[in-house]
Amino acid sequence: MHLSDTASAIVSIGFHGLAFAMVLYLISVGLSVTMGMMGFVNLAHGVFAMLGGYVLTSLMKDQGMPFPWALVGATLAVAAASIPVERLLYRRFYGGDELDQVLLTIGLDFMSVAAATYIWGPLQQPLQPPAWLSGPIDLGLQHFPAYRSFLILCGAVLVTALWLSVERTRFGARVRAAVDNLRMAQSVGIDTSRLFMATFALGSGLAGLGGALGADLLAVNPGYALQNLVYFLIVVAVGGLGSIRGPFFAALLLGITDTASKYLAPEFGAFFIYALTLAVLLWRPNGLFGRA
Amino acid sequence: MLGPEAVGSFARRHRYHPLEALPWLVAVAAYFAFPTYVPLGAQILATILFALSADLVLGYAGIVTLGQAAFFGAGAYTAGLLATHGWGEPITGLLAGAAVAALIGLLSGLVILRTTGLTLLMLTLVVASMLYEAVNKASWLTGGDDGLQGMEVWPIFGRFRFDLFGNTAYLYCLIVLFLCWLAVRRLVHSPFGRSLVGIRENVRRMHAIGAPVGGRRLVVYTISAALAGISGALIAQTTQFVALSFLGLDRSGTVLIMLIIGGVGRLYGAFIGVPLYMIAQDRFSTIDPVYWFFWIGLLMVLLVVFARGGVLGLAERLQSRVRSRR
Amino acid sequence: MAFRRVTIECLCAHFALIAAVLPAAAQTIVKVGLISSYSGFVAQSADEAQKAVDLYLKEHVRDLPSDVRLELIRRDDTSNPEVGKRLAQELITRDRVQLLTGIVLSPVAAAIAPLTAEAGVPLLISIAAAGAAIPRMSPYVARVTVTLWQLGYPIGKWAAEQGGKKGYTAVSDFIPGHDSEAAFTKGFTDGGGQIVGAVRFPPNNPDFAPFVQRIRDAKPDVAFLWVPSGPQGTAMIKALNDLGVRQAGIRIISTQDLLPEEELPNMGTAPVGIITSGTYSTAAERPANTAFLTAWKREYGEKVIPDFLSVDAWDGMAAIFDLLKASSGKFTADEAMAFFKSWKNPDSPRGPIMIDPETRDIVQNIYIRRLERQNGKLADIEIATIPMVKDPWKEFNPPKL
Repeated sequence: MHLSDTASAIVSIGFHGLAFAMVLYLISVGLSVTMGMMGFVNLAHGVFAMLGGYVLTSLMKDQGMPFPWALVGATLAVAAASIPVERLLYRRFYGGDELDQVLLTIGLDFMSVAAATYIWGPLQQPLQPPAWLSGPIDLGLQHFPAYRSFLILCGAVLVTALWLSVERTRFGARVRAAVDNLRMAQSVGIDTSRLFMATFALGSGLAGLGGALGADLLAVNPGYALQNLVYFLIVVAVGGLGSIRGPFFAALLLGITDTASKYLAPEFGAFFIYALTLAVLLWRPNGLFGRA
Repeated sequence: MLGPEAVGSFARRHRYHPLEALPWLVAVAAYFAFPTYVPLGAQILATILFALSADLVLGYAGIVTLGQAAFFGAGAYTAGLLATHGWGEPITGLLAGAAVAALIGLLSGLVILRTTGLTLLMLTLVVASMLYEAVNKASWLTGGDDGLQGMEVWPIFGRFRFDLFGNTAYLYCLIVLFLCWLAVRRLVHSPFGRSLVGIRENVRRMHAIGAPVGGRRLVVYTISAALAGISGALIAQTTQFVALSFLGLDRSGTVLIMLIIGGVGRLYGAFIGVPLYMIAQDRFSTIDPVYWFFWIGLLMVLLVVFARGGVLGLAERLQSRVRSRR
Repeated sequence: MAFRRVTIECLCAHFALIAAVLPAAAQTIVKVGLISSYSGFVAQSADEAQKAVDLYLKEHVRDLPSDVRLELIRRDDTSNPEVGKRLAQELITRDRVQLLTGIVLSPVAAAIAPLTAEAGVPLLISIAAAGAAIPRMSPYVARVTVTLWQLGYPIGKWAAEQGGKKGYTAVSDFIPGHDSEAAFTKGFTDGGGQIVGAVRFPPNNPDFAPFVQRIRDAKPDVAFLWVPSGPQGTAMIKALNDLGVRQAGIRIISTQDLLPEEELPNMGTAPVGIITSGTYSTAAERPANTAFLTAWKREYGEKVIPDFLSVDAWDGMAAIFDLLKASSGKFTADEAMAFFKSWKNPDSPRGPIMIDPETRDIVQNIYIRRLERQNGKLADIEIATIPMVKDPWKEFNPPKL
């Protein structure tokens, strides 16, 4: 089956947009929950995604680890690294003055830039996917890059697992309770302190996974956290703070708009993304799935 | 402090305290003590004005914004374009910059100030970003990434030329900052300013007592935009250059950081945070051109952990501890 | 008798004192300000250049006359033109430098140019800053690096002459990208080809897939790409590979910025066969290059690879050293400019170079190179040389009188 040029362009845009959306969602969902549940403006969230990318490329390049294992390793490493940050530093500022949180997390962003330069150098870390994931593959309609296809598949599996666990498990129920009404959740006996730690670790781990998988799309370099901050904030704001599903649709909207505008009107840069964000937030100030 | 004492101190708040002359004395002294640092000093003074505009909107009205750079850049490009196209008179250029920035503040405020919290933050960011992209696209006019070149600023009053050593620039920025500061101080201690604090602290109550919340927020947002526009025009005129980065997120973020370091909502946070940050940056990047980011970041983290509310907040706590000991 | 002895001893003591003081008083310290973008999105380029500067100083410090000392003051413009301008101002008024050099970004050079005229302090652009019009902004600016028209125009003409009929350009959307797009377009059309489409992408772009898709859909013979030198090159190559652009029969052409030497190990085998125009390749076999690479490896080891920016900075230091040697460290601004205008180096690692006295800009060989595998590594092999190219843009746009 051969598609006409226009249809082919639409399919391409949808495909690439979806791949980008998966990466954005995996990274941003943790931020949405952190901000919604703990009331903590974590502008350093991108550092965890960046760390995931760095750990993945280091494991593959220096340790020669195969790609799937390196992915797992990166996710676990980032999740583990996030725990002391939460316990020792962030915890003190929950529900507190937002400006303090902004200052703290931006300070951490700055330190991360210098630390990454020191450890890994100023160069971008390229992703060398294994041979079975490189180059184009034929998916019937037309050719698509193999790696992006893998990304979409991976993302779909993770998103489904995440949503199911939030809906069906006790942990998920506790998370939803804490996001809805923290005091009430505490008064029915939920250990919110442990919950925060676990949720933060999960969110950061997912961010690390997103950063690792998306090393192709969002370049892994020392300035990562600050460069991509706007994208993550847009996904969270448009999706709705504290929501788990919201950021997915926001990411989808953002990913497809970004890809479409790059293809159709690249001279306008990111203008359409901002215009879209403006429109959505004026229409729904609490985000697509947010609560008042 | 309760009762008549509190009322008394409240009524006296707007009077000038001798300590308030300190920043200006320091500024004048620095001019004579550090003649080779005068260009840096001029930039610090203009940035203090920028941070002051942010303090007005953030510290007094409680509007958290990541888009102040939009107004800064608007003022800068206005003054810059005038100077590139034959009108290099500095003071009218300054006023034009203020007017354009205020207009953008007014129009964008009408659209976005109905929202609050994270949404408002994102919308301020989005407005600044859209302006950035528009200016970048119009590179035939603005120079795009290369920046605006060929600015020719005339001497002030036909006599005082903007020279290489930055002397005129320093005094120009100092006087403009002083005048704007007088205006802001007046505003803040006026009934209007008090109502802003009320809006920041308890919006529902303000609505309940019939205060025109929306209108007030819009007015202060516009005034703040005008001030930011003036600071942008100052930088443009004294460096005779306007870059696209004037409109960028970095600039909005950095001014916020400098203000938070100094202390928000206390009028003088800008006067402390800006010199502290800019001098630290200058020193750190001379010592360690590659890793100075680390030291600034560490400074910020330590400040938050040990000195909440910025330097002025710390000073307040020390002062009250000293008072309670007596 | 005693009086005489005392007098002679006194005189000897005086002479000894004068002899001791004289060399110190006679030593001339020349201060040069080096402004580079050590932080920001071009930090990688600054790093490559700085290594070359440090190496040159180490290798050649003994070449200076014994009474001349060079003091190099480094400053970071953080990739911001207004910071660069302020730093230049401070270097001139605070540190009293006699020369400015370095500069990575074109906008920084543009911001500094007016200062050079006002203060009478020359600027020798030695890292990049390849905007074509920059030396025209002040009579005290000279450049030893490159202009994008030098890179874009010759290869455009060459591509058309090699049989390319339909061309497509895809460049980063800022001034250097626009320059290279305009240069290639003029060269390609002058050579008889036709440009069927053009696209510009945002400068800090993470993902090239949509733009590469457009190229593929347009089906040109030749696609000219330009990205700023650094990791974007690798990302672009990856996108080209993933979308099978070259398999579809489209020839990829670019400047050396697409394939900087230090990124080649990250690119796998995908870029083999790509043609670029460049001023320097580590694979070049001239003796000056061999000597340069030997010194480099000795200092930095095998894993650190120099690129064209390193050689630019190396040549910049050579020009400055030549000035110091010729003038014994004492020169006015006009004398320095006169020296630079007539400066030649027939033996640079990139081949023969000189500064054009009329335009104060660099004149150098432009090489057409093809990327190939050599000894298990990727290398740009020079397949054609266009000798001593002056900046085409200035030739097409003579100064208005």
